[in-house]
Amino acid sequence: MTWETVIGLETHVELATRTKIFCSCTTAFGGEPNTHCCPVCMGMPGTLPVLNKKVLEFAVKAGLALNCHITRYSKFDRKNYFYPDLPKAYQISQLYLPIARDGAVSIHTPAGDKTVRIHELHMEEDAGKLVHDPWLDQTRADYNRCGVPLIEIVTEPDFRTAEETVAYLEKLKETLQYLGVSDCKMQEGSLRCDVNLSVRPLGSSELGTRTEMKNLNSFKAIARAIGYEARRQIELIEEGKQVVQETRRWDENKDATYAMRSKENAQDYRYFPEPDIPPIELSEEYLEGLRAAQPELAGEKRARYQREYGLPEYDCQMITSDGALARFFEELVELGAPPKQGANWIMGEVLGALAQRAMEPRDMKLTAPTLARLIARVGEGRLNRNTAVKVFEAIFDTDGDVDAYVKEHGLEQVSDGGLVREACAGVLEANPQSVADYRGGREKAFGFLVGQVMRELKGRANPQTVNSTLKELLGKD
Amino acid sequence: MELTKLTALELGGAIKKGQVSVKEAAQAALDQIAAQNGALNAFITVTGEQALDRAEQLQDGLKDAQSPLYGVPMALKDNICTRGVKTSCASKILGDFAPPYDAAVVDRLTAAGGLSLGKLNMDEFAMGSTSETSFYGPVRNPWDRSRVPGGSSGGAAAAVAAGLGWYAIGSDTGGSIRQPASYCGVTGMKPTYGTVSRYGLIAYASSLDQIGPLCRDAADCAAVLDALQGRDPRDGTSLDGQYGHLLEELTGDIRGMKVGLPVDCCGDGLDGQVRDAVLKVSDVLKGRGAEVIELSFPVMEYVVPAYYIIAAAEASSNLSRFDGVKYGWRAEQYDGLADLYRKTRTQGFGAEVKRRILLGTFVLSSGYYDAYYKKALQVKAVIKDAFDRAFERCDLLLTPVAPATAPKLGESLSDPLQMYLSDVYTVSVNLAGLPGLSMPCGFDSGGLPIGAQLIGPHFGEGKLLNAAHAFQLDTDFHKRMPKGGERA
Repeated sequence: MTWETVIGLETHVELATRTKIFCSCTTAFGGEPNTHCCPVCMGMPGTLPVLNKKVLEFAVKAGLALNCHITRYSKFDRKNYFYPDLPKAYQISQLYLPIARDGAVSIHTPAGDKTVRIHELHMEEDAGKLVHDPWLDQTRADYNRCGVPLIEIVTEPDFRTAEETVAYLEKLKETLQYLGVSDCKMQEGSLRCDVNLSVRPLGSSELGTRTEMKNLNSFKAIARAIGYEARRQIELIEEGKQVVQETRRWDENKDATYAMRSKENAQDYRYFPEPDIPPIELSEEYLEGLRAAQPELAGEKRARYQREYGLPEYDCQMITSDGALARFFEELVELGAPPKQGANWIMGEVLGALAQRAMEPRDMKLTAPTLARLIARVGEGRLNRNTAVKVFEAIFDTDGDVDAYVKEHGLEQVSDGGLVREACAGVLEANPQSVADYRGGREKAFGFLVGQVMRELKGRANPQTVNSTLKELLGKD
Repeated sequence: MELTKLTALELGGAIKKGQVSVKEAAQAALDQIAAQNGALNAFITVTGEQALDRAEQLQDGLKDAQSPLYGVPMALKDNICTRGVKTSCASKILGDFAPPYDAAVVDRLTAAGGLSLGKLNMDEFAMGSTSETSFYGPVRNPWDRSRVPGGSSGGAAAAVAAGLGWYAIGSDTGGSIRQPASYCGVTGMKPTYGTVSRYGLIAYASSLDQIGPLCRDAADCAAVLDALQGRDPRDGTSLDGQYGHLLEELTGDIRGMKVGLPVDCCGDGLDGQVRDAVLKVSDVLKGRGAEVIELSFPVMEYVVPAYYIIAAAEASSNLSRFDGVKYGWRAEQYDGLADLYRKTRTQGFGAEVKRRILLGTFVLSSGYYDAYYKKALQVKAVIKDAFDRAFERCDLLLTPVAPATAPKLGESLSDPLQMYLSDVYTVSVNLAGLPGLSMPCGFDSGGLPIGAQLIGPHFGEGKLLNAAHAFQLDTDFHKRMPKGGERA
């Protein structure tokens, strides 16, 4: 029998607001345990949550970008359960009236284009972390993450392959990064994904019994877990056994999923409307304002770069793969850098330097005005391209001053015709054999002579001036 | 000058004029506490030294005093957070918890020159109508120490009645200010929901809880409310409004005011003496030019069940944080996390609190939510609607506060259902978020105080207080003092 895999995703994304969802504590990742918290996010008796308006704005922006219907009258609910990382013993979330519903995202895979439906997007608070100390056999609670704002994005079961699933996640990540609502760093947990998966005979319209997989820490792990879990379920059914509805944990080291808890043991969260936060009513003006302020997303940028700057599709793809990189490029162009040259610098030197340092574009020190100046100096003929690359390497980590560095190290291109002529004449005199070779028709000898002149001038000469001067002098004789 | 006989405003005036020092006033209250608290058990914590230090500090700043309550000693119900001072909710489970923050009302009172004597006893987590469920033992009624003071703000009502401070700050979720005010012969007010910040009030039922004053008369209530009310950015349910003018509105002129008398509130189950005393209030108000109209309020049979479902549901969630992990009391012996939770909560909460947590957990459970909680929210909407219709015809409503006067200690807890039913006149006010006031309107044959309730529309505090003030201009029930106390 041929089997079809049916996959739906629940993705938690930490929002990049400066402060937490219900208090003014910082959302910064890490920090000494229990230093990013206050009585409110620690759920101390008598404290009350007050919604951070920026969280609402970011959630609505994400909802709009995912083509959702925004809920004009939305509410928070309490999800009740006991766990030491949840200091109030309830999570403030949205069940009955989430902020956004019924969206759609188009994805592109080698198998073709597809639209994935978004079931809903809701706001909620993150919980803290428990850290087990095996040495002391103690578990300690760190509440720094308590109250960090999250949105949970739930898709319909529209994926059929791991490729589609990963393509959606990449698109989601790109979109949210572009909006500036999240940095989507999986390794820091700011993007976390649970995968719901079931299998059914190809052609069947009924859904099979699904399992939910957790602890998926990379796109690679997600793809592998999907492959493993689909095979596991198919084998069970083919052996005449039943798939149990349960939550399973992906074990990265063992390349397998393990049962965590079954539906029978599922908790009753006793959801009810959060009485401490009034319902959120959004006006048409508010939504209109956010719609108008939505930034240009990656796909739109790619099309515009091709149209306006005449960049090749490959260049556009590379530059827009990251929002920060695209903004960097646009700033370069605004500062007067020729688009193709800007693109070349980004795809070559910038991405190379970032890869070498395992850095993300948004963490880069180098600013667009600095690179724009460097590009301009090359254009003005004051630096040659090779020297400029050396300057780039030297100032990349500090965003140093291009002109000051060039001056300090005496790197300015020698454009003085007299100096070049003098150097050329000297080289010709010192290398009679090469001159004879060149005249005898060996073109290679010319290259050698150019190299000698450049050496003489410590690489700072304009190569074209050297070429023409040499040719002129050789022709005279 | 016999300080303990003064109202808060009278004492504030005497302090302002230099006739009494703040320290003398504080010392007088502390002397009363020393003399009577052993019998009444109104206070859980007395902060005497802090009060005297604060008195000196206030005396130094007297020339800049703005509030008419500047320097007047008072006390706070023990579910209101006080920085560095034990805040127990009268529960074992909070242990010696001393919050690192003050409640918003404490900030506001401090700004108005308030002086706290300590923290007042109450029903555990404000759950009860008698102040007997306290881990720190029952509070006794100063009018008859074999009787309860009402609850849950029983310590507050008993303290004000007996002269252990000139006013008290309580909380009211289903009548917890008004009913003990009635049993103890003081004037108490539950303001419009959202007009007094709940930040720092340890929640019982968040959508119903509201902080308010218990005082010697309506004028004192107006002055305290002027200090308490105001928008607070730390409470998302806090409302914008025109605050701070209630005292100025007390003209006593109620000519043309329409007072509605719901006939449904004067029927079965109401003690005859209470009914007579409440009906006499309408005569006094008529005498001052008010018009009294009878009207029907046909939702009375639903108010208690709806209230107990909503309050218990919210409580079951609000009290989940008391798990022995972070603060307060923790069971001594336990085996693993689940056992830590189980033992701490089993041993740390009292019977009435556990009853309500179980009830609330049940009504929110999968499969029961629609039948109970959702239904109760629908009833709540119907009750709001009934009030809206009533206030189309009148300015305020006059009802009893409780079906009878204060019962004997131990009588009520033996039959919790009966105790819940006695909240029938007060809980609807919380469900609708309205202001409600309880004022002394007579005494029964046993010499126990009887209270009458005035209910107003949203932001109707001014009208309520003015009507109560008018009544108190013509009567002296509020001036009488219990014989057991030094004020007699």
